[in-house]
Amino acid sequence: MGMTITEKILARAAGREWVAPGDLIMARVDFCLGNDITAPVAIDEFEKAGFERVFDAERIALIPDHFTPCKDIKTAMLVKQMREFARRHEIVHYYDVGRVGVEHALLPELGLVGPGDVVIGADSHTCTYGALGAFATGVGSTDLAGAMATGEVWFRVPASLRFVFEGELQPYVGGKDLILHTIGEIGVDGALYRAMEFTGPVIETLSMDNRQTMANMAIEAGAKNGIIAPDRITREYIEGRFRREPRYYESDADAAYESEYRWRGEDIPLLVAKPHLPSNVARADELADTRIDQVVIGSCTNGRIEDLRAAAEVLRGQKVAGDVRCIVIPATQAIYQQAMDEGLVDVFLAAEAVFSAPTCGPCLGGHMGVLAEGERAVSTTNRNFVGRMGHVKSEVYLAGPYVAAASAVAGHVATPDQIQTRRAA
Amino acid sequence: MAEEPQTTLEGRVWTFGRDVDTDLIIAARYLTMKEPEELAEHLMEDQDPEFPRKVQPGDILVAQENFGCGSSREHAPIAIKGAGVQAVIAKSFARIFYRNAFNTGLPILVSGEAADRIREGDRIRADLAAGTIENLTRNESYQAEPLPEFMRDLVSAGGLLPYLKTREQR
Repeated sequence: MGMTITEKILARAAGREWVAPGDLIMARVDFCLGNDITAPVAIDEFEKAGFERVFDAERIALIPDHFTPCKDIKTAMLVKQMREFARRHEIVHYYDVGRVGVEHALLPELGLVGPGDVVIGADSHTCTYGALGAFATGVGSTDLAGAMATGEVWFRVPASLRFVFEGELQPYVGGKDLILHTIGEIGVDGALYRAMEFTGPVIETLSMDNRQTMANMAIEAGAKNGIIAPDRITREYIEGRFRREPRYYESDADAAYESEYRWRGEDIPLLVAKPHLPSNVARADELADTRIDQVVIGSCTNGRIEDLRAAAEVLRGQKVAGDVRCIVIPATQAIYQQAMDEGLVDVFLAAEAVFSAPTCGPCLGGHMGVLAEGERAVSTTNRNFVGRMGHVKSEVYLAGPYVAAASAVAGHVATPDQIQTRRAA
Repeated sequence: MAEEPQTTLEGRVWTFGRDVDTDLIIAARYLTMKEPEELAEHLMEDQDPEFPRKVQPGDILVAQENFGCGSSREHAPIAIKGAGVQAVIAKSFARIFYRNAFNTGLPILVSGEAADRIREGDRIRADLAAGTIENLTRNESYQAEPLPEFMRDLVSAGGLLPYLKTREQR
């Protein structure tokens, strides 16, 4: 019996020839990270437990991205604690305002995580790096403290689920629609404790930005990790970028999967997830009655350059509807620069959207666009739980960048085709 | 040698449905805080604004599937512990919450039977080591899934960091 890519990476990290689902292992960590919400708690625990040294100052990233630029005194104190810890332990990868970006866009971009790695992050969307063929999973602050001190973490080896996407995608349909479709089919605990492996012809041609969108939301199905086997697109992405030696793994032909799902790209339309669960999926073109107050385009899910290009494609020559606020947030400084170089920022400003500094801000109702009572947003982020983006009586519709931009123009949930029809009419 | 943790708990129950997410347990707007008592003042506030005043030290939470889904914030188990809640019983737990609970020493038990039968306000007694749950109000008893040996080691070491510290010294 063979092994899946997830099992192979975990076996390697545990120093074993073989692992099987259910095995409890101690694994070496190739990289770990925390943010301005989780790292301060990890630092407290690290110090309380009496650890004096970090295991490797080059394999830890401390990324204050959630509330920065700091929104108030409390967050400024949290970031100060991180900054001082980073200095004291000579943590190489501490990034402050002007260099910081949304962690799960920044780390792949900087080449800090790559194929074959075991990465843990005190942030649930750490699973994003599975797009690069890494085993990457979210943990809590205490796990991060343990990994910072010892370079080790415990895992129960997950069983794997295989998702095969056949055929071709329809126009405008991307990684966000694929993962919303998947979560809609299997539910928010449909992959609980499992590895989600994405494969098939659609995935083989899917860009790295779109792959990251998919792996990013594996956690929204309860998964431990999402993963895509490295291929030509992965190699092109990491070339001249990844700072360590990549380790390429793929699943054996006779690897064991707990279940397999097969879908055709042609059958997947532009989708949204309605309030208040990411599994509450509906066609985007059937919700014209759903008026909106705000659109957010950004985040670790959809704040990369291709997402901004998609939004600009829709917004070019258009105006954001009069009663809608449209907030566009590049996930990193490099994406910000690229968007300027390509003239995308001009498009957003001409459309009367606002273009912000990199931050997680509105995704978690932190700052930079919090919703009031009764307000409704279309957002390219990853969670639409009760109160996620603000008031407990506000609503979030999750969507990809094409639907988000079209909705900003229409003033209700809409697809690019729907607003183009209107323009022609 | 760490002291053996208390293995029998008794308390009054608050019940919850399925997919209780970490934003509901402690909303992101309070993540600028990290002290248990401070976080406890906002526990489950978006579900019931009065909950932080209703819940009493010693109480036990009982929920359906996927308790603690969503964010990795350890502030969720910290807020629960900060309110003095002794344990959480659920049909299933989201995986990061499950890890965080063990790592931070919040006792949790997985039992579908208990989640189905226990009603709000019941008094129950749980034996963590044996995984047995007695419903004192209804005169019933339920069995929880046994803990893997590794998790029992974590619990008896007093959480993840003391456990790693012992390994380091070996």
